[in-house]
Amino acid sequence: MTCCAPSVEFADAVIDRRRAKNDEMLLASRDLGEGLRQTSLSVPTIHCGACIQKIEKTLDALPGVEQARVNLSTKRVTTRWRAGGAPPPLIESLSRIGYEAHLYDAAVDPKDDTVAKMVRALAVAGFAASNIMLLSVSVWSGAEPPTRDLFHWISALIALPALAYCGRIFFSSAWQSLRHGQTNMDVPISIGVLFAFGLSLYETFNRGPHAYFDASITLLFFLLIGRTLDHMMRERARVAVKGLARLAARGALILQPDGKQIYLPLSEIRPGMTILLTAGERVPVNCRVLKGQSDVDCSLVSGESMPQTAGPGSMLQAGTLNLTGPLTIAATAAAKDSFLAEMIRMMEAAESGRSTYRRIADRASRLYAPVVHVAAVATFVSWVAATADVHRALTIAIAVLIITCPCALGLAVPMVQVVAARRLFEQGIMLKDGGALERLAEVETVVFDKTGTLTLGEPWLIDGSAIDPDALELAAAIALHSQHPYSRALVAAHQGPVPSPISMTSVSEHPGSGLEACIGTTVHRLGRPEWALADGEVTQSVSEIGTMVLSKDGRYLATFQFVDRLRPDVREAVAALAENGFAVELLSGDREEPVRQLASALGVPHYSAVSPADKATHIASMGASGRKVLMVGDGLNDAPALVAAHASMAPASAADVGRNAADLVFLRESLLSVPQAITVARNARRLVRENLIIAVGYNAIAMPVAILGYVTPLTAAVAMSLSSLIVVANALRLGDDLRRKQRKDGSPTSNLSSPQLALEGGK
Amino acid sequence: MTDFFYLIPLALALGMVGLATFLWSLKSGQYEDLDGAAARILSNEADNPIVKVQQPNSSPEIGDEFLKN
Repeated sequence: MTCCAPSVEFADAVIDRRRAKNDEMLLASRDLGEGLRQTSLSVPTIHCGACIQKIEKTLDALPGVEQARVNLSTKRVTTRWRAGGAPPPLIESLSRIGYEAHLYDAAVDPKDDTVAKMVRALAVAGFAASNIMLLSVSVWSGAEPPTRDLFHWISALIALPALAYCGRIFFSSAWQSLRHGQTNMDVPISIGVLFAFGLSLYETFNRGPHAYFDASITLLFFLLIGRTLDHMMRERARVAVKGLARLAARGALILQPDGKQIYLPLSEIRPGMTILLTAGERVPVNCRVLKGQSDVDCSLVSGESMPQTAGPGSMLQAGTLNLTGPLTIAATAAAKDSFLAEMIRMMEAAESGRSTYRRIADRASRLYAPVVHVAAVATFVSWVAATADVHRALTIAIAVLIITCPCALGLAVPMVQVVAARRLFEQGIMLKDGGALERLAEVETVVFDKTGTLTLGEPWLIDGSAIDPDALELAAAIALHSQHPYSRALVAAHQGPVPSPISMTSVSEHPGSGLEACIGTTVHRLGRPEWALADGEVTQSVSEIGTMVLSKDGRYLATFQFVDRLRPDVREAVAALAENGFAVELLSGDREEPVRQLASALGVPHYSAVSPADKATHIASMGASGRKVLMVGDGLNDAPALVAAHASMAPASAADVGRNAADLVFLRESLLSVPQAITVARNARRLVRENLIIAVGYNAIAMPVAILGYVTPLTAAVAMSLSSLIVVANALRLGDDLRRKQRKDGSPTSNLSSPQLALEGGK
Repeated sequence: MTDFFYLIPLALALGMVGLATFLWSLKSGQYEDLDGAAARILSNEADNPIVKVQQPNSSPEIGDEFLKN
C-alpha cells in the first residue's frame, strides 16, 4: 500500500487544515430530494485502486451514508447521505485513515456540461462525416449518374441535420463576432461550410456531377476535434485548480446578543456583529479583537512572513489565519467591504487597464479571412468576365472557399496548445487556457513575490543538528500539542518518532507567548524568550523575531531559531531565468530586512513593504513601458498584480483569489516550474508558428489550383485531410522534443529538474 | 440498384447503432472516471456509479461558452 502515501506536492498544497464544521458541510451540500443530500469532497491524495476501496469502505460504514463513490481521475469523493440528523463525519473519518479532504463546491459549477455537449457534437459529426465519405468514395470511383444522384440525396439528408447540430457552435460565434463588426476564425469557417452545403444542394437538385457534402462535414469534424480538445484541456485545469483547498472562510459563527450562537454565511455578516473565531480558522471579514490572545498568520494577506500576535484592540484583516487561541472579534466591515473585496475591485481595475490580448489564431484569421474572401470574389468576377458562365464561376469560387477554409489553421493552434498543456500537466503545472500559453511565451521580465512564492511561507528550524538532541526531543514533544507554525516546524525537525507524551501532567498554550508543560513539579516553557525565561536569566541575543526558547523552571535550556524556508530550487530557477536573459525582480509586502537578505542572496533587485495597490501599479507601469511581465505570486495582496501582469503564475498554496486570477498554477514545491513553463510555452510558440507556416504554404499551393478551376470534391477532400494530418503530427512533436531533452539531462520524465533552459527558437 | 435498397439503409442503421451506443455510454457516465475504472476492475465490490442528478435550469447550450467570448 506504499503507493497510497500522500504525495508531497498535494500534501503541501493543502495548508488549510481546518476541519469543516457541520454547518459548513450543510452549506456546501446539495439537496437531492427524497431526504438525500450529496456532498463532494476533494481528496487530492487518492492514488490507486486500494485507496478507492479503503475510502469507499470507510465512508459506506458511517451511519447515515447511503453511498460513497470515489472518482480517481478528478480525485473526488461523492457521498450521498440521509438528511435529518447531523451530517456524517466524512472529513474526520477520511483524515483518520490518512486522507486530507476538503469540501468541494458543487454549486459553482454551472458549465459542467459543455465538454459533454462538445463530445456529443463531435460524435454526430464523426458519424455523418464517415457515412458521407463512404458514399462519396463510390461517387468518385465513377458511379452511374442515377446512382450518383441517389447518393447525393442521401448525403444531403445526413448532412443537413448534422450541420444544424454541430455547426451551431461555429455559426453562433461567427454571428456574434460579425454583429460587433469584427471577424474571427469562425467567420470564414461558417461562410465556407454554408456555401459548400448550399452549392451542393443546388447541384443535387440539378443532377450535377459535383457535390461537396463530404467537404463541409469533414471540415466541421476536424474543427470540432480542435475545439473539443481545447475545452477538455481547460476543463481539466479548472477541475484540478478548484479541487485545491479553499482558503477563504465560507461563513462564521456569530454570537447573537441573546447569547445564542448561529452559523451565518459570509454574505450575511454585518459590521458590529460579534464573531467567535476558533484557532485554525480564517478571519472572515475585517474586524477588531474584543477578547482573547492569539498569533495570527498574515502571510497570505500582507506577505508578512512571521506570525503576529493579536490581543484585544488589534485590527485584523479578512483572510488572515488565527493560529493558536480562540478570539472573540467584532466585524468592522461587511464581507463586501473587507480586504478581500477591496482586492477584487483592484483586480477589476487592473483588468480593465490591461490591453486585451488577441490570440494568435484570431490575429491570423484577421489577416486570413479578407484575403480568402477577396480571392473568392475575384475568382468569381474573373471567371464570369472570361466565360460568362455564372454557374461555373460560382462553382469555382466556392471551391476556392472550401479549399482555403482554415481547417489546418483551426487545428494548428489548439493541437499544439493541448499537447503543451498535457506536458505541463505532467509536470504539475495547470494551464488555464491557450491564450495564457501564448502570453507566457512573450514574457521577458519575471517578478516574484517573496512570502509563499520564493519561500514556502512556513518556518523552518535553523541548524537543527547543532541543538542538543534531548532538548529538541523535549521541545518536539511539547510542540506536538500546538498548531503554531513554529511548533509544527519543531515537530518536523525532530528526527525519528516523537516520544509519546512523556509523563506530562499538563500542557497549556498561552497564545502570543508559547506553551507550558508540567512534568511532575517542574515547569517547562517553550516560547518567547521574555516569557519563557525567569527575570534576570541572561542569554545570548535571542530577542529577534523568529526565536523560541525552551526553559525549565525559568532556566534556559535551548534556543530555536526559525526562518521562512526557501522553496526548493529557488536559486537554480532564478539562475536559469537570468541566464536566458530574463530580468528578475523581487516585489514583496514583507519588511525590508528579510526581503533585502533574500534578494542579495539571489542577486536580484528588490522592492519591500509594497502595498497591494503599488504592486499592481508597478507591474502596470512596466507593462506600459513595453515590458512583458510574468508575475509569480501567491497572496491576496498579489492578486491585483497577477491580473495586471502580461502573464501570471501562482503556487497551489496561493489564496483562492490569486489562484483563480493566475494563468498557471503549479502544484509542485520546486520553483523550477516557472522556467519549465516558460520553456514549454516557447517551444509551443515555435510549433504554432511552424504550423501556421505549413497552413499558409498549403494554401499558397492549393489556392492557385482552385482559382484555375481544377479542384474537384475528391482533391478538396484529400488536400484538406492531408494538411490537417501534417499539422497534427507536427504538434505532437512538442512532447517528443521535451522528452528527448529530459533523457539527455538524465532526469526522470515526470520531473524536468535540470536548471538548463532550452529556448531554441525562442527569440 | 436493388442492392442499394437493402445495403444503404443497413449501413446507415449500423452506423446509427454505433452512434447511439456511444451517446448512451457518454450519458451513463462511463467516461467520468477512466483511471478509476482501470483500478476498479481488480476489486470484487459492487461498483455502480453515482449517476449525475439533472439539475433544473442549468443546461447551457453548446454555443454559450462562445457567445460569452
